[in-house]
Amino acid sequence: MTATTAVRVTRTGRSSAQGRAWEVAIDGAVVGSLRSGEALEVPVDPGHHALRVQAMRYLASPECSFEAGEGQGVAFSCRARAQHPFIVQRSLIWLVASLVTHHAWIRLTPDEVDERAGGVSEPAGVSEPVGVVRKDPGLRTLPRLPRPMPESNGEPVLTVTELTKRFGHRTAFSEVSFEVFRGEVFGFLGPNGAGKTTTVRTLGTLIAPTSGSATVAGIPLSPENGVEIRQRISIMPEAPGLYLRLTVAENLEYFAGLYGLHHPRTRISDALEAVNLGDRAGDLCGGLSKGLRQRVGLARTLLSDPAIMFLDEPTSGLDPVAAREVHDLVDGLRQKGVTIFLTTHRLDEAEKLCDRVAILNTTLRTIGSPADLRAQLFKSALMVRTLKPLDEPDQFFTSLPLVESWRSMGEGTYELSVSDPRAAAPEVTRGLVGAGADVLSIGEAQHSLEDVYLELINEDVEARRP
Amino acid sequence: MKGLDATRIRAVVRKELRDYRRKRAIVASMAILPVIFLLEPVLTIFVVPPSATGAALAQNLILPILYLLLIPTVMPSTLAAYSVAGEREQGTLEPLLTTPIRQQEFIVGKAAAVMIPTMALSYAVYGLFVAAVALFAHRVVADAFFHQSAVILALFLLAPLMAGWAIVVGMAVSVRASEVRVAQQLGMLASLPPLGVIILLAVGTIHPTLLVALAFAGGLLVADALALRMISGMFDRERLVTGAKAV
Repeated sequence: MTATTAVRVTRTGRSSAQGRAWEVAIDGAVVGSLRSGEALEVPVDPGHHALRVQAMRYLASPECSFEAGEGQGVAFSCRARAQHPFIVQRSLIWLVASLVTHHAWIRLTPDEVDERAGGVSEPAGVSEPVGVVRKDPGLRTLPRLPRPMPESNGEPVLTVTELTKRFGHRTAFSEVSFEVFRGEVFGFLGPNGAGKTTTVRTLGTLIAPTSGSATVAGIPLSPENGVEIRQRISIMPEAPGLYLRLTVAENLEYFAGLYGLHHPRTRISDALEAVNLGDRAGDLCGGLSKGLRQRVGLARTLLSDPAIMFLDEPTSGLDPVAAREVHDLVDGLRQKGVTIFLTTHRLDEAEKLCDRVAILNTTLRTIGSPADLRAQLFKSALMVRTLKPLDEPDQFFTSLPLVESWRSMGEGTYELSVSDPRAAAPEVTRGLVGAGADVLSIGEAQHSLEDVYLELINEDVEARRP
Repeated sequence: MKGLDATRIRAVVRKELRDYRRKRAIVASMAILPVIFLLEPVLTIFVVPPSATGAALAQNLILPILYLLLIPTVMPSTLAAYSVAGEREQGTLEPLLTTPIRQQEFIVGKAAAVMIPTMALSYAVYGLFVAAVALFAHRVVADAFFHQSAVILALFLLAPLMAGWAIVVGMAVSVRASEVRVAQQLGMLASLPPLGVIILLAVGTIHPTLLVALAFAGGLLVADALALRMISGMFDRERLVTGAKAV
């Protein structure tokens, strides 16, 4: 497990708004507030982060990015800048001036080494380091933010063990076991009726499992833990389910209230920015295209900063352009280290977006990265195309020592099973030329995730035949 | 109630009220229904012959007052019936159930969102009616009307209880109904029991006294509490999402 480090933010000096608390946000999530003379310490994971201090919501806030190293703390000071003498405090003129001068009101600067924080790394993107914090009367430590790491770090966010759900005699899914790690995009594939949505609903505590166990975001799956689990995760069902008579912002405001979020406006604004809908907050959802509604649904799932996001067929029914936009958004979330559980039956989508995939057809058929699954199911092969069909293909291919077997894929097209395509290709080429064949192409056979999927699903179909 | 989160309940109420405001049919029906129910009592009060005396005059005045009780009984049933079935029909129920909201918070929030406009409109109409009687009715009729203080008090006391009954029954129907139209039609049946009592009072089978009003209010309160408890038991996430009860 990776060690966490600490960010310390200290508010120094006296300001015109001494009594008013300033909000401190890390990576867009408000982590606490500061009054004059107070300090705040927040544990974060090592990596790149953004710190923002805001005095009033309508004032632009200073923000700086920093790199937190393992075991190395980072410290910042913030204080109000000196105001122009002619500007009357708390007056309308002062407010307007603050808006015009943007973040000139608060000075946010990195501190020198802070022993208690375990040493300060050099912050990126900021300059002019100022003095060390001297006064620290009100240090408070907040719980660690559930922010995922940018890359998978081996820590499971979701552990499922032999989970089964039956509706009477019908089995939705049976003895399903897998783990999803922090920061990964996990694809859950399967045909219609395979049990994908039921699995998501079960893990989201909407449905009680018949047997088996699971740990969701660190909490054992049980009816008693329903509220706590739902607080830590978010689910976007296949249809985003928006209130069409409400605006985008009103929809998000409703859900922010249901999650009991503090400072919902900041969260809503951040979520809308994340899905590139910052300028559509006032639009009625009923007037949005299907693709835009899906983006609002994604923004809604981001609101609560979940430990894991469940996206149930997020591109279902979207046109290619809208689907591409959703792909880009999911890809963007992956870059930011958000853990995503993606159910889909679109194999191109899974191949493009997912780090690992599981194929479900009531039971879990396989699990692994797309490349691993291809390697597991398909032997290495060469695809050979000749201008005319070979006269004696069997005699020819069996004479080549590196070719294990072959099959015809159509007129003049052959698939050769080989253990090492790179070694076999020159031998096959030489043999074909020597035999007088006109070679059009020789290349390594590429199996897609679709081939893997069809292979496994077809096996099931075959097995069910009497 | 212990363990309920006021923020979540407020969120439900605020969203519901916003939704009502944006739906013209709801605004129109909420505006028209009280006016319709107000017309009959107003006309009755103004056509009562001032020469009538005693029991005949009292009977002529009690009926329109009781008629006003139909406003909080009938008005919320449509909204309450829409509360869950409507969410299901527009596909918003599942996203809502994926949030940390508890079933009791959902029910209380939805019920409060129906109760607020219902009571605001009911009391506004009652105020208008009382003001109209005080200002425009014949002095003899007005005096006789205000002499029925027990009945007027019962009107104000029973209105929220009648509304509460209509709301919880409407919501109970809504939880189980497969579609909104069915829920709304069945929800209207919720107003039948209180309506029956009003009819019995109107035809003189039950004599309207303060004691009767208090007994009726007590009975309604118990019925409301039991119905609320019942609906909490019916609100099963699995059933709402899949249509099948958790095994």
